[in-house]
Amino acid sequence: MHVIQGKGLHFKDLNAQIRAALADGQKEITLKDVNGQYYIGDGLREKATINIEGVPGNDMAAFMDGPTLVINGNAQDNIANTMNSGKIIIHGNAGDVLGYGMRGGKLHILGDVGYRVGIHMKGLNKQIPCIIAGGNAGDFFGEYLAGGVLILLGLDAKEGESIVGDYIATGMHGGRIFIRGEIEQKYCGKEVGIFETDEDDMKTLKRYLTEYCADFKLDLDEVLSKKFSKLVPVSSRPYGQLYAY
Amino acid sequence: MFKSLAPPDYLATIDTDKCIRCKRCIRNCGWDVYSWGGDRVQINTSKCVKCLRCYHYCPVEAIEILNNRTKFKDNAYWSFHQIRNIKKQAETGGMPLSGMGSDLPYPILFDHLLLDACQVTNPSIDPLREPMELRTYLGKKPSSLNFVKDGKGGMKLKGPLPPQIKIDLPVIFSPMSFGSISLNAQKVLAMAATNAGTVMNTGEGGLHEDIYPYRKNVIVQVASGRFGVNADYLNAGVAVEIKIGQGAKPGIGGYLPGEKIPKQVADARMIPIGTDALSPAPQHDIYSIEDLRQLIYAIKEATNYKPVSVKIASVHNVAAIASGIVRAGADIVYLDGFRGGTGAAPSIIRDHLGIPIEHAIAAVDDRLRQEGIRNEASVIAAGGIRSSADAVKAIALGADAVALGTAALVTMGCTVCGKCYTGNCSWGITSQRPELTARLNPEIFAERLTNLLRAWEHEIKEILGSLGVNAIESLRGNRERLRGVGLDDQTLDILGVKPAGR
Repeated sequence: MHVIQGKGLHFKDLNAQIRAALADGQKEITLKDVNGQYYIGDGLREKATINIEGVPGNDMAAFMDGPTLVINGNAQDNIANTMNSGKIIIHGNAGDVLGYGMRGGKLHILGDVGYRVGIHMKGLNKQIPCIIAGGNAGDFFGEYLAGGVLILLGLDAKEGESIVGDYIATGMHGGRIFIRGEIEQKYCGKEVGIFETDEDDMKTLKRYLTEYCADFKLDLDEVLSKKFSKLVPVSSRPYGQLYAY
Repeated sequence: MFKSLAPPDYLATIDTDKCIRCKRCIRNCGWDVYSWGGDRVQINTSKCVKCLRCYHYCPVEAIEILNNRTKFKDNAYWSFHQIRNIKKQAETGGMPLSGMGSDLPYPILFDHLLLDACQVTNPSIDPLREPMELRTYLGKKPSSLNFVKDGKGGMKLKGPLPPQIKIDLPVIFSPMSFGSISLNAQKVLAMAATNAGTVMNTGEGGLHEDIYPYRKNVIVQVASGRFGVNADYLNAGVAVEIKIGQGAKPGIGGYLPGEKIPKQVADARMIPIGTDALSPAPQHDIYSIEDLRQLIYAIKEATNYKPVSVKIASVHNVAAIASGIVRAGADIVYLDGFRGGTGAAPSIIRDHLGIPIEHAIAAVDDRLRQEGIRNEASVIAAGGIRSSADAVKAIALGADAVALGTAALVTMGCTVCGKCYTGNCSWGITSQRPELTARLNPEIFAERLTNLLRAWEHEIKEILGSLGVNAIESLRGNRERLRGVGLDDQTLDILGVKPAGR
């Protein structure tokens, strides 16, 4: 295992060291004492695992295409911007605008996430991005969603507590959102409908959540013990009537 | 369903005495204006947009597209379009869309600016016999240069220069996505850019594999929809452009109608077939200059520090915004004036928001100079560049280069009919219908577009020769060589040019 000491390093130097280690063929890298450095993992293509100790800064894993990042704590904003493949496991909370325009790979967060999570994610054939958050989420969850799978669990929510903010899935025109428990239509964009999960959905959920629970050593049966609400678009052209030709 | 009370703009007419019933007009029209009536061509003129495809393909000149004389009564205030839009809106409840740049008669400042020339006391230069330099480097320029001895008795630069895009003339192509224009149209741009030593821009719709071979002459774009963006894409071209706004529709997002999203386009964008492709109005990770800096450096980190361009629409406060963009670390600031083209924009936005490019160039160049950061980024001016004269005037006002969109499309057959959003372009430029796009032969039209650039190159050199300078660099931001005619004092002051006669 290759260790990089992050203390006091400028992001440019830290990322250069990571790139050099990967070019060197390292498959397992640990970053120690990371303290808010931006852009960790951006654009990296190698199949390798990078363990991060400390708190990585904004824009982690932007355009990332391959590696696995494991964050042993909290993470900040703009993670997995337009990420293409690979995996991120966050053993804590994460901030706003996670997975913006994400096109593939997995983002697993144990705790809460902020506003505008999973906006404008896409999907094609087998390239289906997936974000799973174990806690609660803020407003605009899944805004403009065009593909992929978004799962929100609210595992520590109290009875009757809403686990997601307002304006859920506004402008959604593709993909699927699963929210554990019930949600009200009034908090959702008018472009989506709330449905009960069917057999195919449960198969999908089980597949994704098995991996998620393994990452965080959670009990799958416990997670699946509650009903999920499914959100899908009710129109493929939500704004088709807006214009006069 | 009653007949629309919005009368057609045009009357398509066929002289039945001349018509030889060859049916070419029926085959060529993408709008289904013509159909076969058994013994003659029938005409549904309400669908005609005057793109003139039928006229050009009629072998006997039997077709004439007339302006509809049975329009509403002439009225200098209540124009035909004002009344017709109200009727359309009353019938549909929708916002009328437009393609191309605004066609309203706002003042055109380029047409009120004249260039200087040499006479007697300062010699002009004959560009046919003397070298004339149009080569331009886009990117950050260092504020100072340091040299070290190279050990062979000479000197060399200490440390690397910031990355530059080398172009052979100060004209590039503006971003037009695969989706808004056809793949063949993108090929024309890519081939012509390669032939002429300049660059095209993918727009926000991904980089099709057929464009990859031209990647040394391609700028890739990242916009709010993030369509087609991955690490390969970012590293494919010579630079990456972040699109914040577009001159034709400042402050609103992109809208590619479902009609223009067949499988190929849907796959490139990774969205469902036939949905409307939406690029959100803001980029939701950018609400400040600091946020913009974050994306600029995320891209630089992901591309090993390729140059990053930031494209904005020219709006009232454009100078301060451009200053922020430069300070955020951009290598290029791309200004798109309010006349700039579009594939689809609500007419109300296109025709009433933003400021002309001429004002924007002057304001931005002034501001960056005052702040001592003009060298930190190149400025590209776009939005209604119609001729090499417009290009030269824009450069004299302070731009490093200009970008062409509409002018490039015109070489492919475009007649600026403005119906790009329908997906029915009979010239195969802004359509995705295979029977229409097949009409645009990339090789033939790449040659025409290259010809346009060659012609402009000659013209620019002639103008420089008349000015007595032998490099475009000597004219850049040199407003002393411009004079205004018919402009008021305040406009002259903003443009930083003297009135003619002074």
